[in-house]
Amino acid sequence: MSPSRNAQRSVRDVVFVDGVRTPFGKAGEKGIYAGTRADDLVVKCIRELMRRNPSLPADRIDEVAIAATTQTGDQGLTIGRTAALLAGLPRTVPGFAIDRMCAGAMTAVTTTASGIGFGAYDVVIAGGVEHMGNHPMGSGADPNPRFMSERLVDPAALNMGNTAENLHDRFPDITKDRTDAYAAASQAKLAEAYSRQQIQEDLVPVATKKPGQGWALHTQDEPPRPGTTVEDLAELRTPFRAHGRVTAGNAAGLNDGATAAVLASAEAAAELGLPVKMRLVSYAFAGVEPEVMGIGPVPATEKALKNAGLTIEDIGLFEINEAFAVQVLSFLDHFGIADDDPRVNRYGGAIAVGHPLASSGVRLMNQLARQFKEDPSVRYGITTMCIGLGMGATVIWENPNHADFESSVQASGQTTTEGAAA
Amino acid sequence: MSATEFQKLASLFPDEIVTHSYVQDIQLPGGAGTFALITLDNGLDHSKPTTLGPNTLVELGEVLEGLKERAAKGEIVGVGVTGKPYFLVAGADLSAVKTLKERDHGLWMAQLGHSVYSTLANLGVPSFAFINGLALGGGLEIALQSTYRTVSTGAGALALPEAFIGLVPGWGGVYILPRLIGPENAVKVMIENPLSNNRTLTGPQAFELGLADALFEPADFVEQSLAWAARVIAGEETPARKNAVDPSDEDVARRWAAAVFAGRTFVEAKTSNASPAPAKVLDIMEANRTMSQGESAGLECETLAGLMQTDEFRSTVYAFLDLVQKRSKRPAGAPDRKLARPVTKVGVLGAGLMASQLALLFARQLKVPVVMTDIDQARVDKGVAYVHAEVDKLLAKKRIKPDAANRTKALVTGSVSKEVFADADFVIEAVFEELNIKKQVFAEVEEIVSPECILATNTSSLSVTAMAEDLRYPERLVGFHFFNPVAVMPLLEIVRAPKTDDAVLATAFELAKGLKKTAVLVKDAPAFVVNRILLRLMGEVIAAFDEGTPAEVADTALRPMGLPMTPFTLSAMVGLPVAQHVQESLHNAFGDRFPVSQNLQKLIDNGVTSLWAPGPDGEPVIPAETLAIMSFGNNPSTREEVLRRTQDALAEEIGLMLEEDVVAGPEDIDLCVILGAGWPMFLGGITPYLDRVGASERVNGKRFLEPGVASAPA
Repeated sequence: MSPSRNAQRSVRDVVFVDGVRTPFGKAGEKGIYAGTRADDLVVKCIRELMRRNPSLPADRIDEVAIAATTQTGDQGLTIGRTAALLAGLPRTVPGFAIDRMCAGAMTAVTTTASGIGFGAYDVVIAGGVEHMGNHPMGSGADPNPRFMSERLVDPAALNMGNTAENLHDRFPDITKDRTDAYAAASQAKLAEAYSRQQIQEDLVPVATKKPGQGWALHTQDEPPRPGTTVEDLAELRTPFRAHGRVTAGNAAGLNDGATAAVLASAEAAAELGLPVKMRLVSYAFAGVEPEVMGIGPVPATEKALKNAGLTIEDIGLFEINEAFAVQVLSFLDHFGIADDDPRVNRYGGAIAVGHPLASSGVRLMNQLARQFKEDPSVRYGITTMCIGLGMGATVIWENPNHADFESSVQASGQTTTEGAAA
Repeated sequence: MSATEFQKLASLFPDEIVTHSYVQDIQLPGGAGTFALITLDNGLDHSKPTTLGPNTLVELGEVLEGLKERAAKGEIVGVGVTGKPYFLVAGADLSAVKTLKERDHGLWMAQLGHSVYSTLANLGVPSFAFINGLALGGGLEIALQSTYRTVSTGAGALALPEAFIGLVPGWGGVYILPRLIGPENAVKVMIENPLSNNRTLTGPQAFELGLADALFEPADFVEQSLAWAARVIAGEETPARKNAVDPSDEDVARRWAAAVFAGRTFVEAKTSNASPAPAKVLDIMEANRTMSQGESAGLECETLAGLMQTDEFRSTVYAFLDLVQKRSKRPAGAPDRKLARPVTKVGVLGAGLMASQLALLFARQLKVPVVMTDIDQARVDKGVAYVHAEVDKLLAKKRIKPDAANRTKALVTGSVSKEVFADADFVIEAVFEELNIKKQVFAEVEEIVSPECILATNTSSLSVTAMAEDLRYPERLVGFHFFNPVAVMPLLEIVRAPKTDDAVLATAFELAKGLKKTAVLVKDAPAFVVNRILLRLMGEVIAAFDEGTPAEVADTALRPMGLPMTPFTLSAMVGLPVAQHVQESLHNAFGDRFPVSQNLQKLIDNGVTSLWAPGPDGEPVIPAETLAIMSFGNNPSTREEVLRRTQDALAEEIGLMLEEDVVAGPEDIDLCVILGAGWPMFLGGITPYLDRVGASERVNGKRFLEPGVASAPA
């Protein structure tokens, strides 16, 4: 019987098994990963995942999808495949590279998750890396002159800081005072999470060696500035616009880091005895004007909620990437959520911890998964982020620790479609 | 021994490339505390190994003293030592040690090492060596002196090669190793491996022996080693040392004595005890079973100080570092490599055993098509079949993969027509050793190949110059003299005839590199280098035998040189007719310096292949019927007389070879006998030995090498 004649195909449940990341570093010569290769950071994550999940046989991994925004040099050569080989996974395990700028790792997750749902994979590794020290944003890119000549995209939109200033123009209610207050809170929340050991558990220690210093071991993030006050932030320059609003303090920095996660079909997770930290409910990507790319999470979230048959009121936890405070606040304002709502970024966000572009999606998922475990009262949470050139990405997850979880899996397990993909 | 003396020693080496000891504080996972990690790093890339000179050791000692104080204050819970990528540390800086003129300086060097390593062993907190890469001698002893060790699966070359170098593992290795991995394994690591082509251990082998407590993969070796150290410090992990022994145990004492005895037998078989170092290793190991580590250290230092002053040690450093590691990579007299032409197809004239070995070597190493020719199809088929069978053997031994085996087999073909050489870039002959035959086949080949095609001869005794005489393009002929077995012996004598041009010669040297052989440039002279020296030596011993010296006396007279085999055994291995043939050509060239033995001829005429044959009790004897064939003079020599006349003969012959400009210098003679005849490095090849025993002065009135090159500095 040919596949196209296969009358019924079930869509399988996809679960988030485990995720890890390297500590994030500051990009540049003084950063902890100066002189360290990007692919090596990915390798450390993959190996840590394998160690943490000893019941997962390496030859059961069906795909390794690794995102990087710049795919040259130590991030080139199909990094999903090279990282798999360098990590010592069997040669039978395939891999590929993926790029959706800041939502790279998130797209690696959704793409491979779709493959799991479709039945092409049982278990995958998905993650991302960005060594912005080795690969400054946009380096080596050659934008088509038509963007300018035909005014397709304002050239200023290729600079993310400018798009954040544009967002302030669009939403005058979002003042610099509000963004600075949000940024200071992000630093404080991260420091609090560190003190409660809520971050460290998912970090892979990374040893690096620098000339004249010897081997050092990195077990925590380099970017955070605990104790930052709004007064400190008020004094910072606004590099993108004179007397502007966006500063180094209310935006994520330039960072180096890598993440990786294991996803599986619910059946494979049960068969292999793998933990289920979250169940994938729905996801969506949406495009917006590149000049205000930060608004992207709004349409993406609306689309994902609609796909899931949920409303914003159903969402108990938000992990939103903090490329810029203004972008987070535009999202919160849209959905009528307070700036300091305790459901949002409980452990702080990228403003404090850093944002190595294509790696960040899995960091959001790691944190949401840990919050699910800590808070079984929450049933649904989202991970969402804005994306350069005007996009947003949102993934909705269900908490397996919630009382109603089993019934939802049972219900969706019976979902079938009429040969939809045939 | 004091800090002042160590400083004084260090000041003797102002140009030392110092391997620094960089310290980083590490917060151990799981809150196990602060751990000080030392990285040994000379700041240079992997082509410049880290070594231990006096300045390096003084710095490491100061760093360790500082950490000892911090440990006492409770600031750190452990100390680790690791290296820059690919190296823990390569070991003592031998070229520096070789220059130590005074025994006291050697003693200070030995004591300095002990002082530093003893601090490492007694920090007040556990010490850990993370063996990330190569660790030789004093480098591995840093690990042995640590409380615990991890090793990388990617670590290459772990060894205590001192017995080979002419020293002893005298920074605690000889004390700790037998206790850690058992006396038998210790003898294997300290004696058998060094004296077996300086064999080394891989990381997994070291772990298996119990030399390391844990094994981790290179991808996150440092991270996993630190995590392991944290678990050990937290008491969550205790290494199982399955091979460790307690020397005071009676059974262990018996094993200890047996292992030392076995070691002595091994040393005797390999070196005839011609170099003092291996026996000293066993002496110390034997003595230190009942000693404290401190007592052993005293003995180790005194022994090291003595050995550092021996010419066997200095000659080994000269042979190993200056010749085999350095000179072999930049052959003296080789033209600019840019002149070399590409070789994309090789022709082999002949399909006999030598030709087939050459075809296999070229196909395997160069990975270009190789075509063999011979006078009839049966010979050709046999040659190709030989190559294919050898490839299958390599495949069965898993030395090559199936795809590589297929590729190599497909590369080697045969033909009865020399037309197949038309597009070859290099054609080598291995036909019958007869000048007219070789000239004939080369004349035929010249009709077919391009004017640029290089012609090479594997002759061992004929004149390359004469072979080139009637060629249309004589500048294309070069001698390419391999040693048997071709796949194993590392030497290639590249023979330049008067008309050989630079492009041809440059190509020959590049080919040698591609074939992974060490090439030495030699002038076209009878028997070139190795065979001329070997036959001069054999000629002297056989002459003494013919004169009436008992075979046993003649054949063992050279024992003090520690050669790999006796002259009679060597001549049997080469084949008596071959040896006689080369001797005749040397006799024709040089007269009585190369006497042709009538006794040897009688053996050949009677089909005797070896003087020695196994006797009734297995001991070698000369059978009565063999003796009956021969006749002897009545002028027997003693062992001492045979040794001395051989030394003098070698000094004379090498002196003449250098006068004739056969090679660029005595260093090339030494390189040739080390790589082509397997002569020991503690002789420095041969010229340092001849200088050492006075033969050079006796015969030539001067040394071959300046004092200090392979001997005590002036």
